[in-house]
Amino acid sequence: MPGPSASSVVIERLGKKFDATVALDDINIEIANGELFGFIGPDGAGKTTLFRILVTLILPDAGRAVVLGGDVSAAIWQLRRRVGYMPGRFSLYPDLSVEENLRFFASVFGASVEEQHDLIAPIYDQLAPFRDRRAGALSGGMKQKLALCCALVHRPEILFLDEPTTGVDAVSRREFWELLDRLKATGLTIVVSTPYMDEADRCGRVALIQRGRILGVDTPTRIAASFGRPLFTVHAAERYPLLLAARQYEYAATVFPFGDTLHYTDRRDRVAPDEIARGLREYLGQRGFADADVKQASPTIEDTFMARMGEPERAA
Amino acid sequence: MTTADRSVAIEARDLTRKFGTFTAVDHITFDVAVGEVFGFLGANGAGKTTAIRILTGLLAPTSGTARVAGHDVYTESEWIKRRIGYMSQKFSLYEDLTVAENIRLYGGIYDLTREQVRERTTRMLERLGLEQAIGTQVRALPLGWRQKLAFSVALLHEPSIVFLDEPTSGVDPITRRQFWELIYEAAARGTTVFVTTHYMDEAEYCDRISIMVSGRIEALGTPAALKERFSVDSIDEMFVRLARPTAGIAT
Repeated sequence: MPGPSASSVVIERLGKKFDATVALDDINIEIANGELFGFIGPDGAGKTTLFRILVTLILPDAGRAVVLGGDVSAAIWQLRRRVGYMPGRFSLYPDLSVEENLRFFASVFGASVEEQHDLIAPIYDQLAPFRDRRAGALSGGMKQKLALCCALVHRPEILFLDEPTTGVDAVSRREFWELLDRLKATGLTIVVSTPYMDEADRCGRVALIQRGRILGVDTPTRIAASFGRPLFTVHAAERYPLLLAARQYEYAATVFPFGDTLHYTDRRDRVAPDEIARGLREYLGQRGFADADVKQASPTIEDTFMARMGEPERAA
Repeated sequence: MTTADRSVAIEARDLTRKFGTFTAVDHITFDVAVGEVFGFLGANGAGKTTAIRILTGLLAPTSGTARVAGHDVYTESEWIKRRIGYMSQKFSLYEDLTVAENIRLYGGIYDLTREQVRERTTRMLERLGLEQAIGTQVRALPLGWRQKLAFSVALLHEPSIVFLDEPTSGVDPITRRQFWELIYEAAARGTTVFVTTHYMDEAEYCDRISIMVSGRIEALGTPAALKERFSVDSIDEMFVRLARPTAGIAT
């Protein structure tokens, strides 16, 4: 176990309920100084509740969390000066200009925009052409960049970003991650959450989170590799009929649409992958998919996530 | 139907919409076939929302022509509204009404008889495996279920085209796939599906996609053909190459 000085965040047996709803259940995670750490999971997984606890906005019911050496339930006022937080919902003043928002957030923390220029320059430069525009009139991607600037303007030691890329198009998302890479290079610890599985690869380590529980913590590569059984992609021109047919195969364990292919796993443990692929191809041929292409493939984080989340949410 | 060609669900020719001096939609031309799953992609601010508002009869174009389900967007927008379904991530169902109340409300809006509503409700809930939730308030349902229910409710009046605006945002990966299977099912029954998404892997679930950049359609075709034409491995790569945002202003 690393000592306290090597960890920015230590979460032990953390729990939180809202009435009868369990938002967080027995969370245990340690995040090292300088890490870019991601919480990956859908809406309702508990990401926002966890972030609010870590930035001292709400109190946990069970367990504890230590951020920068201070307990989030006790060291509230000291911590608030030292953490940066970008909430998931756009929380700047829409009627103030880009410049005014930034100056306001700096002044709240007794900082000035000029002092912090080196830290925010790479981001602020992209916003500079819109300096006098009302924040409410910016595009989604630009709003996110401004919110990031405002979260950084008091030079925090750790940055919490709650779903900074949700609802933002693929290009802006990519640019945003490039900015985070630059910030990480300055030594800043960054904790970020996202519902987009493909963004996991941008993090050093990730925690998969679903319905208040952690499904796994590791590097993206190791999480993907932990899938633990042969995975196959299946491709044919008639996709939907192919999906239905593959599901009816007697040895099928899981069949999911995945981009322009299906991802298939087999029930049998002792059959060689080549054998599985050949059998499936033959079966699909008989079902009229002469063009069915079956290949063994490397699992992605999303495959692992789906395997570990088990049963999807049930209705009441 | 007033159009001669019954195999075309949406037909847009040089469709244009200006706001003052700003051209949000700039001469877009495309067809969507009946029963097709059509992915309408673009960066934030590229003009997608404006185009969808025109195609759903909410906004008149400045110039160009479009027919949706055989109806003219200038003169027959009320007919269009009757013939289409719409679902968005931001608003779909009334959270403080029960499942049954939501369905009755929609049935009323679309002039369905009580008999039709009863029969379709049963069929829908059976298909979704939601029978026991009929008296549950929508806000008590998990997000994934709400989205699947919202989709089915948008199809209650058996529209010929359904518009889905980021229907799967924030939904877990298994539910997201179940949602797409509902889309496939609807398309297989002949419903045309017009869908926007920020998940680039979902673009590959579509029969054809278009990519809008600064008000224009810069690419249009099957995902496989587009990947080949742009020599890229994924739609994500192609999207990034095409859609570099040139402005920071929302439309």
